[in-house]
Amino acid sequence: MDVASGLIQGFSVALAPGNLMWCFVGCFLGTVVGIMPGLGPAATIAMLLPLTFKMDPTSAIIMLAGIYYGAKYGGSTTSILLNVPGESASVVTCLDGYQMARKGRAGAALGIAAIASFVAGTVGVIALMLISPPLAKVALSFSSPEYFALMALGLAMVVLLAGRSLVKALMAMLVGLWIASIGTDLFTAVSRFTFGQSELLDGVDFVIVAIGVFAVGEVLGNMEQREAAQVLPVPKGLRNLLPTLEELKACRFAFLNGSVVGFLIGVLPGAGSTIASFISYGLEKAVSKHPEKFGTGVPEGVAAPEGANNSETGGALVPMLTLGIPGSSTTAILLAALILWGLKPGPLMIQDNPALFWGLVASMYVGNVMLLVLNIPLIPLFAQILRLPVELLYPLIFGISIVGVYSVSGSLFDVWMLAAFGLLGYVMRRLDYPSAPLILGLVLGDSMERALRQSLMMSQGELGILVSRPVSAIMLGLTVLILLLPLFRKANAWRVRALEENG
Amino acid sequence: MKSGANGDVVSGGVLTGLGVFVVIEASRWDYLAPDGPGPGFFPLWYGIALIALSLALMIGALKRRAAASETRADWREVGRALVAWAAFALSVALLKLLGFLLSFALLTLFIVSVMYRRPLGFGLAASVGSAAAFYLIFPLALNVALPVGVFGF
Repeated sequence: MDVASGLIQGFSVALAPGNLMWCFVGCFLGTVVGIMPGLGPAATIAMLLPLTFKMDPTSAIIMLAGIYYGAKYGGSTTSILLNVPGESASVVTCLDGYQMARKGRAGAALGIAAIASFVAGTVGVIALMLISPPLAKVALSFSSPEYFALMALGLAMVVLLAGRSLVKALMAMLVGLWIASIGTDLFTAVSRFTFGQSELLDGVDFVIVAIGVFAVGEVLGNMEQREAAQVLPVPKGLRNLLPTLEELKACRFAFLNGSVVGFLIGVLPGAGSTIASFISYGLEKAVSKHPEKFGTGVPEGVAAPEGANNSETGGALVPMLTLGIPGSSTTAILLAALILWGLKPGPLMIQDNPALFWGLVASMYVGNVMLLVLNIPLIPLFAQILRLPVELLYPLIFGISIVGVYSVSGSLFDVWMLAAFGLLGYVMRRLDYPSAPLILGLVLGDSMERALRQSLMMSQGELGILVSRPVSAIMLGLTVLILLLPLFRKANAWRVRALEENG
Repeated sequence: MKSGANGDVVSGGVLTGLGVFVVIEASRWDYLAPDGPGPGFFPLWYGIALIALSLALMIGALKRRAAASETRADWREVGRALVAWAAFALSVALLKLLGFLLSFALLTLFIVSVMYRRPLGFGLAASVGSAAAFYLIFPLALNVALPVGVFGF
């Protein structure tokens, strides 16, 4: 199926009334969670995942993806009005967005963020549509050794860019691999790490860990302090939200920069939208005629990171859909969702499920238009969400988490595990252990072990098979190089600085 | 959120223990079976890696602790989070006895009126309102079952 016919099929799926409604629900929820500080798309998707089990997978992925990219739109609102990023990728937007708001240009800053998100989000979808099919064709030639090497490379990238301490990121990943091992071994039916509990024979459900670490852990972290931040007033009326022609002209390059940088960074596992927005901001500043003004409230300083942040979504979906390798916590949860619905993300995904793949791509075009229409006139209304008292919000998140986990298995044992993983998520935050490697280790652990064991079966136990095949040798070489990178002082200083500037 | 050296020593110790447990368990299963690697193969290697990394973290943290004065953790903040977690865990423990709706209402009341010090009347209204909203959305609208207690709801 070529791109044109795929897209026609995709639009016929995405424009079906039911899917349009789910796309709207996803975009709306995404915008709301993007606005709420402390509740990210990963936590929201994890909490809602159990409710999608009875849905058609295409409608469900359209809604969950809507939450993913919708949150990117909403994330800028708190950065601009509160100087508090709604999610980590909006940290850079605070630099100039909040300064613009303080100068009375909050409306223009919010408008620029929405326009940049729309332009770059659309570019990201176009690139996703053009790159995914050929990449999937290449990946079809992969066998177990290549898959093992690819997963090792993906995990190494995530570990490299996940936290200030490489050791802690690696340890979080290893704990994820351990959790993935709990249950019955698929090759020999031996039960591993079950502590004599029959409830653990089927393994630990991914949903429990994701909701515990992200939703419960995040809320516990936020509850450390009682005070809430003060919100700046949002100008009312559509006219006040539109940037001037001069401001838009100044953002021309920033829109392009954000679109391209965001997509390219998104394709790399582990880099994520936070790094994308940071690099795009740095690039914009480097080529600017007035770099000294950055940080004082220039529109390009809002357009570039917001664009990169949104274009990254399209990029991040490329390895997830075509290789079955997620590059971030959110795509890991989306990947787990596809598996839970009985689908097999990977090179055959486009071929076996064209309606789902092309429907998702087309829904992202539709969703971007919806978000632009939704965001510009409704920003003042959305900003009111920030006035929702946290003391009401947090118990609701606890309640939805319990219902989400209980609805999967109907087991109170799983709800106890939710409490345990919630505490783990909080302790990890407190002790500066990144959660993304844990989640990716958990998602990839099973497949990684299977690929390794199948590779060694193919070679009758010879580890040389992993390096005797050119593609796997190159990927494993890169993996080793990535993990050794922090040993070189300059490279590590750059890595740490990039992560620290991202908060 | 930056962690102190003490936190790294303690977490390193716990993870060393986990690594040792993984290695001991893995050594009880086949490392290599006739048709390839056994169930102990993969866990053994990541268990060893976990021990090595945990020890590296602990040694690094001990060196840092000796070189510089340790910034103290804000135990007031940690305490608030742990109290919230304890309330959450207690509400989970009460699910079997009281069911979801009552346990959740009590959890909401505790968070609103005790942790955030809002008036009791407001807390009661919030807890009853939230529990009612959950009942309307999940069992009634979405047909999603909630844990039921001895009172039948």
